[in-house]
Amino acid sequence: MKQQSIQISSNRRSRPKPRGRSPRRTLGSVPALGVLLAVMAGCGGGEQASTPAASGSAGGAATIDQIAAQRELTPDDVRAALLTYQPSGRIDDYVLFASGGHSGQVFVIGMPSMRLLRSIAVFTPEPWQGWGYGVGQDILEQGDVEGKPIRWGDTHHPALSETAGDYDGQWLFINDKANARIAVIDLRDFETKQIIKNPIALNDHGGTMVTPNTDYVIEGGQYATPLGWSYAPLSEYNESYRGMVTFWKFDREKGRIDPQRSFALELPPYWQDIFDAGKLVSEGWVFGNSINTELATGGIESGNAPFEAGASQRDADYLHIIDLKKAEMVFAAGKFEKVKDFPVISLQTCIDEGILFFAPEPKSPHGVDVAPKGDLIVVSGKLDPHVTIYSFEKIKKAIADKKWEPEQYGVPVLDLDAVVEARVEVGLGPLHTQFDDKGYAYTSLFLDTQVTRWTLGGDYSKLHPESAWTVAGKINVHYNVGHIATAEGDTVSPDGRYMVSMNKWSVDRFFTPGPLLPQNFQLIDIAQEGDKMQLLYDMPVGVGEPHYAQIIKADKLKPWNVYPQVGWDPHSQQVKADAPTAGKERIERDGNTVNVYMTAVRSHYNPEHVEVNEGDHVVWHITNVDRAQDATHGFAIPVYDINLSLEPGETATFEFTADQPGVFTYYCTEFCSALHLEMTGYLLVKPSQTALAQ
Amino acid sequence: MQNILGPRIPADEWQRRRSRYLLPTLLLMLAAILLAASIFTPYWRMTLHAPQYPKGLHVQAYLNRLTGDVHEIDGLNHYIGMRPLEEAARLERSLAIMMTSVLALLLIGAIFIHNRWAALLALPAALFPAGFLVDLHLWMAHFGQNLDPHAPLSSSVKPFVPPVLGEGKVGQFTTVALPDTGLILAAVAALLVLAALWFHRAAYKPLVDQNIESPAIGANNHEA
Repeated sequence: MKQQSIQISSNRRSRPKPRGRSPRRTLGSVPALGVLLAVMAGCGGGEQASTPAASGSAGGAATIDQIAAQRELTPDDVRAALLTYQPSGRIDDYVLFASGGHSGQVFVIGMPSMRLLRSIAVFTPEPWQGWGYGVGQDILEQGDVEGKPIRWGDTHHPALSETAGDYDGQWLFINDKANARIAVIDLRDFETKQIIKNPIALNDHGGTMVTPNTDYVIEGGQYATPLGWSYAPLSEYNESYRGMVTFWKFDREKGRIDPQRSFALELPPYWQDIFDAGKLVSEGWVFGNSINTELATGGIESGNAPFEAGASQRDADYLHIIDLKKAEMVFAAGKFEKVKDFPVISLQTCIDEGILFFAPEPKSPHGVDVAPKGDLIVVSGKLDPHVTIYSFEKIKKAIADKKWEPEQYGVPVLDLDAVVEARVEVGLGPLHTQFDDKGYAYTSLFLDTQVTRWTLGGDYSKLHPESAWTVAGKINVHYNVGHIATAEGDTVSPDGRYMVSMNKWSVDRFFTPGPLLPQNFQLIDIAQEGDKMQLLYDMPVGVGEPHYAQIIKADKLKPWNVYPQVGWDPHSQQVKADAPTAGKERIERDGNTVNVYMTAVRSHYNPEHVEVNEGDHVVWHITNVDRAQDATHGFAIPVYDINLSLEPGETATFEFTADQPGVFTYYCTEFCSALHLEMTGYLLVKPSQTALAQ
Repeated sequence: MQNILGPRIPADEWQRRRSRYLLPTLLLMLAAILLAASIFTPYWRMTLHAPQYPKGLHVQAYLNRLTGDVHEIDGLNHYIGMRPLEEAARLERSLAIMMTSVLALLLIGAIFIHNRWAALLALPAALFPAGFLVDLHLWMAHFGQNLDPHAPLSSSVKPFVPPVLGEGKVGQFTTVALPDTGLILAAVAALLVLAALWFHRAAYKPLVDQNIESPAIGANNHEA
């Protein structure tokens, strides 16, 4: 076993500095800026550009120079600005899909400009998209738990769909940690199509990740409860409480998770954390980790060790190694039990059938990240300054050689020395690892509040100039980094170029908008080798606390400009047969039910008068018949709490009981045209006495 | 029959000056082919430029249909009270394919006529592109000057006639109208027809004149 301790004291940055910035240099004397400015001014040839004096002599450059001096910008600042600034109309090369944390949404951010392009409403009603105010209710209701509406989400880990281990830009999945729910987002229209509640888990954290061809969406639980969260006292924790991982079958044709073909594994109550799917050589396997092999049950108020201490007693937790192919066969053979009517392969069956193995891992781990070739699994424990790199080949050999001892639940624990490839001391609080195209791995250091770049060995060694398993460089981030994301950095072919550090604290980075501070996404240039990494941009996120993000090349996404046809129902992604279209507007009464068939076009609704009687049940169908890109119409009815967003071609149906008599003006909530304010109409709800008198 | 079709070419004359007789024939054939081909290509296009449409709005007119951003342009036109474009030139569009085919066939027919009557068959094709533009202009004038007085923006946009070729201005829109492939093909065909008639006259007038002097029907006349 190769084991290396890395002395990194020479790399230690000189911290703390008051503002975490390098000392400012005088601009005029800096050759690098001179080159930049000369190039910008487009003056002279290479000869002039290489002369430091060029920055002072050129007319246009002098102005930029003055601006830089006036704003106290260092050459690095100017470089960062030049690398991230997008002139109006220039489209970003990459798109970052970030979990929206408590917002229950997903954020879509252009890179490298770090401009927020939109949020995608998922678990939480969102008025701009009309989500939950007339459309999307049926999908939000899929996430109800035992009839209780849950209208927020704690989104953690987005997963882009993959084909052969690479992002294909078609689907996006996201989990809600709070209530163990998974959502499916269609990247043709960036709208949520399905929410599915895990029937056996109360909460999840190990989701979402996808298998290399998106056959399964992985959802691992977090805090153990009895499966199905039925009641059992904490004194029965060891016997009755359980962890789990669910493999949700994704039906790409239908664009939906198919619960009928999905199943879960029962796991010991070790508080499973993150999972990752194997790829290439390790395809068909799934890796996860756990944080409470101590089986701590807390109880600080009774004099017990609090969880934070109780769950951190042992030196090691368990890396979970799952043979998914085998699990699939066992599921197909019907060797499962049912919990809340959901198939669960019992822990004993997992052990007997050789589905589940453990290996010791550094304690309190967060990341379990499979390297691009699928050959290495990198685990970092927040309380151990090393990353531990496991070899998949060695894992397979150890399993074949039965180099294991059973642990308390009988799960085979592979011999650590037999499966570890290397250890690299990266710094304090290593949390999550990503990869690039140059054989480097990047690990976030929560406590050191840095990201460290270190070298992979084996086949990756030829990609980088440094020796294998060494720290190549570190960069300070601000502050308390959680996950990091590199461009396509968890696929079989990472792009390198950019990394985003998702920082939990921003402290002094922005204007302080009261005591609740924004999170800080920091864009880092990783295009150069060695210790050259540069912080390029700080993006405040003041909507929720994002956790993980994935970065996809923008040209892999093929979103629609407008819905393909007029009368398009985004839920079924096809034309709705009874969608109102131009010329077919009407109001039909059937007993106490009134069907309104309405169209919206710049700048009117048709009809503009809708008369119903108090107590009528109103079913309102409305189509935006506009076809121009961006000609979105809103539709709001006050008091009845309706607000839709109707993108060009979209049709929607909503229902309400007209229980409030009176006059209600409906209107367009998107500034659609010069006569947008005139885009309105009257809903007249006749009081019942009047109705009776007629 | 001779009076209508004109004289046939004597065999020795055909042997001697073949190209003289072939030239108008080939030109007429080529014109007929171009005219027939033009049926499949757009005749005219207009681009509307406005700040909020960075790619512009485009409409192309084929002989029998409109393509492009017709829906969007109609949507915008309703603000100024202009009728939907589909309502324009309905009769012309329903007949255009047949008419143009007939014009092309007439050109082929003209090949077989060796006197002045050939011009009668060929001239309609020569006038066709101009006729197309005149008709288009009349429709645009009709549409532009008969706006619904109750339209939302009728107080701010006065009746207008967008130029059938070149640049115009309506509200924030600049319109640029250009001939498209079909019209260019038809125009080239028209020029070829005129050239063909010129050479036709040069070739056959002497024969006609000669026949008036000494009418004779040769058994070995050659069909050109």
